Amino acid sequence: MRDDKDIGRSIWFNILALLGLVVTIIPFLWMLFTSVKSPEEIFVFPPKIFPKKFYFYNYVKLFKEIAFFQHFKNTFIVTIFSVLLNLFLSSLAAFAFAKYEFKGKKTIFTLLLSTMMIPGQMTMIPVFLLLKKLGLLNTYLALILTSAVSVYGIFLIRQFMLSIPDELIEAARVDGCPEFLIFIKIVLPLCKPILSTLGIFAFMGCWNDFLWPLIVMIKKEMYTLTVALANLNSQYATDYGLLMAAATIVVLPVLIVFFIGQKFIIRSIMISGLKE
Amino acid sequence: MKPRYAPYLFITPALVLLTIFLFLPVVASFILSLTNFDVCCLGDFINTKFVFLQNYIRLLSDPLFWKATKNTLYFAFVGVPLSIFVSLMAALLLNNPLIKFRNFFRTGYFTPVVTTLVAVAVVWRWLYHPEYGPINYFLKLLDLPTVNWLEDPRWAMPAIIIMAVWKNFGYNMVIFLAGLQAIPQSYYEAAAIDGADEVKSFFYITLPLLKPTTLFVFITTTIGYLQLFAEPYIMTQGGPLNSTLSIVQYMYNHGFKFFNLGYASAISYVLFLMIFCFSVIQMKIGKLYER
Repeated sequence: MRDDKDIGRSIWFNILALLGLVVTIIPFLWMLFTSVKSPEEIFVFPPKIFPKKFYFYNYVKLFKEIAFFQHFKNTFIVTIFSVLLNLFLSSLAAFAFAKYEFKGKKTIFTLLLSTMMIPGQMTMIPVFLLLKKLGLLNTYLALILTSAVSVYGIFLIRQFMLSIPDELIEAARVDGCPEFLIFIKIVLPLCKPILSTLGIFAFMGCWNDFLWPLIVMIKKEMYTLTVALANLNSQYATDYGLLMAAATIVVLPVLIVFFIGQKFIIRSIMISGLKE
Repeated sequence: MKPRYAPYLFITPALVLLTIFLFLPVVASFILSLTNFDVCCLGDFINTKFVFLQNYIRLLSDPLFWKATKNTLYFAFVGVPLSIFVSLMAALLLNNPLIKFRNFFRTGYFTPVVTTLVAVAVVWRWLYHPEYGPINYFLKLLDLPTVNWLEDPRWAMPAIIIMAVWKNFGYNMVIFLAGLQAIPQSYYEAAAIDGADEVKSFFYITLPLLKPTTLFVFITTTIGYLQLFAEPYIMTQGGPLNSTLSIVQYMYNHGFKFFNLGYASAISYVLFLMIFCFSVIQMKIGKLYER
């Protein structure tokens, strides 16, 4: 008796889960399939999800007429440099906080942690004025410098480094290894798991960022993907085929990184919730 | 021998960058909020004058600022509970042992979370299209009245809330799943022996034990929702009739469209105070739980 009831419920629950999945995934399919439809197929009633004929002119227009590749390049350069610099500088600082005793350590660390609740919008206006004075608006540096260190990153890497045995570092020191080489050759390789998790998060944060690039990249050729897409959205407001093609190009890299690193990402979010 | 200078050298690059781009700007932004800094000062900073609290006084009698605050709070107070409810339901569903391919569903539900917000907003503008969009078509199929989602002042904010829930529920779902998995199975077994059915177990075991998780999720989500910007910027530009104008967009408009940077700094400080209050409440309640 009990088994029959369980089978029935199991079917219902799985159907419900599947329905939820359909609702979460349909917008992506709608985007992808609209991007390969001709205008005649886009504006039809009732709407059809699958195109009758694949139509690639939207992508041709995006790259040939609108030069979307330039924005892809901008985003790529900014993201790569921000992430690498962020991982390096944050772990360097984290190493000092995890494995050394020095004057002011506690004060500085507490000060750092207390800045975590400051919303990004609060620093945007002064930093904008500073970058303007320095002539750095419309440069990659305007985006890279402001995301080159993260307090959150320093904190997470430090927690991870606390578990590295001191003896390992001591032994290298006795052998005469300079401090910086200890960091590069011994500590960093051990931090690979936390660095890859953090790297994925930093990548997504940078790639998806919108408000700050919107403020500091004023010249069209310097737009990042999100700013360029927002601009297309107002200039070609009704050219949905083109807009969906652009949206597909913007989200594709993030989705690829997500599907490769999803286990890392989901696990680390689960841990962050449990700590509270 | 322990090196004495090494740690200072190691923290210097990070501290220098944080000082220039975080610590000093926080102070500078407060000072700016006390000045009349506007487009005239942009060329020559010398034109700037201290006006003390004038920007803040002006804010209090600025109907658009109140409108933006009301909209933002509407978005947060309706959107946050709704999104947490959906997250919890999804977590409960996926945590059920009867579900097959749990990790597959989990990854699927999580996908909108990582996807570029700007792109998602553009896609949803198309989903909400009054004539050719699938959402209105679906309503028609169910014989429900269709809605001009983004052009009707009554429906624009609900439309943005629905999209935000779709985009974000996966994140809190994962946190709830972690919370659910941390509840020892023996509690449920003991309750079953005492004759509790599933509904009772849910209200007397699951919900109370999820309280700390729910609180954490509630505060972090609210802080995020108070910073609403990209969704209305892309989908409605704050309209129709300013019905989706948010605080951050109002700050952006004053700061980077009209270059009233003094006034915009005051707006950003008010937003910070709102977020700060939520953070303090979080820490206070968090400490209560530690005891």
